[in-house]
Amino acid sequence: MINKVVKNAEEALKGVENGMTFMLGGFGLCGIPENCISELVNLGVTDLTCISNNAGVDDFGLGLLLQKRQIKKMISSYVGENDEFERQMLSGELEVDLIPQGTLAERCRATGAGIPAFYTPAGYGTEVAEGKETREFNGKMYVLEHAFDAQFAFVKAWKGDTAGNLIFKGTARNFNPMMAMAGKTTVVEVEELVEAGELDPNQIHIPGIFVQRIFQGTAYEKRIEQRTVTPKS
Amino acid sequence: MALSKEQIAQRIAQELQDKWYVNLGIGIPTLVANYIPKGIDVEFQSENGLLGMGPFPIEGAEDADLINAGKQTVTILDGGSLFDSAMSFAMIRGQHVQLTVLGAMEVAQNGDIANWKIPGRMVKGMGGAMDLVASAENIIVAMMHTNKKGESKLLKECSLPLTGVGCVKKVVTNLAVLEIKNGSFHLLERAPGVSVEEIKAATEGTLIVEGEIPEMQF
Repeated sequence: MINKVVKNAEEALKGVENGMTFMLGGFGLCGIPENCISELVNLGVTDLTCISNNAGVDDFGLGLLLQKRQIKKMISSYVGENDEFERQMLSGELEVDLIPQGTLAERCRATGAGIPAFYTPAGYGTEVAEGKETREFNGKMYVLEHAFDAQFAFVKAWKGDTAGNLIFKGTARNFNPMMAMAGKTTVVEVEELVEAGELDPNQIHIPGIFVQRIFQGTAYEKRIEQRTVTPKS
Repeated sequence: MALSKEQIAQRIAQELQDKWYVNLGIGIPTLVANYIPKGIDVEFQSENGLLGMGPFPIEGAEDADLINAGKQTVTILDGGSLFDSAMSFAMIRGQHVQLTVLGAMEVAQNGDIANWKIPGRMVKGMGGAMDLVASAENIIVAMMHTNKKGESKLLKECSLPLTGVGCVKKVVTNLAVLEIKNGSFHLLERAPGVSVEEIKAATEGTLIVEGEIPEMQF
């Protein structure tokens, strides 16, 4: 087995530089690579382009990088939970490319799957399609969307083994699998790192071939954005 | 009396059909899950990667790794399943989801919808809405008939950036149930106690009224 294990976030993020493009997994705060984000804050790298469905909240997730003005451009589908983000965007300090969520997911998948572009109906006739090729198939209009180019993908998995095989939990899976496939260097942090052979091959969501570096994450906060409950009756 | 948000959801729930997979947007649409008619089976799809979404967890059982598209903690029912975002939108674009219910800031009489951006003021993003409206066979919009200033949200043409073109076929508001066809709003039902004249006054787009318009039944 090819061993992908690195000691910690510091080692995992070697080669990260100013001006790079990153993919970061997660939906809201669910399944975000908390350790990698903390390390990006520590490194103080700037002028980043971040591809991530959301932009965190003011004081957690990608919001931490926004606070320090480390991000030049965000590529996201929904950014409604972050006041600082909205302020930077409306004032023009932050470049923002908002794209439909399914298009975002498929562009990540295409990147890792060797598909340079694909047609999707999402956004046809809206400003999302402006300047893009469109084409009719079977009487319906579609927009041509392209794969990404990201130096690093930062991914959070539940369990992983030393060979880089990954298993996700609950809805923390979201964008993580496609981004794992898409990064030129894919860095994965896991809640539980085990020896190769300990995970059932039938249960693996992402094979280790897509992963370059994996490490045991620490101190997960796993913050809940909207705590909604049914009262005990 | 104009409907409450709960009543709008309750009226939309009457549109659910047996064996449908349904995606509910944030806000009023989420409430539809509380009013599933007796005797039918539906499954709720949450585009962040969950089918068979159940109610909010019992206090103390919240799981940060199990949320809906509104980032609320939820549960998963027996027979439910989990998947990634690419597969989730394969379900949506591939028309495996039979109904989408979502909110809107504006709807036009040709079926255009705007719900993601107010230039220079509010930009939250479209999330999954553009994929959903571009693909769903059935789209129901849940909305207030007018904005806070009393201006109609059912228009001849949308003034805000569009989410989708010519896709909305049904709108349920606090005042009425309307169908969109042939470039007009067609009044199907009125909220109890709300007159056709009130609905006409609150609708900027072309409103077709044919025959007696019944009140909604709950």
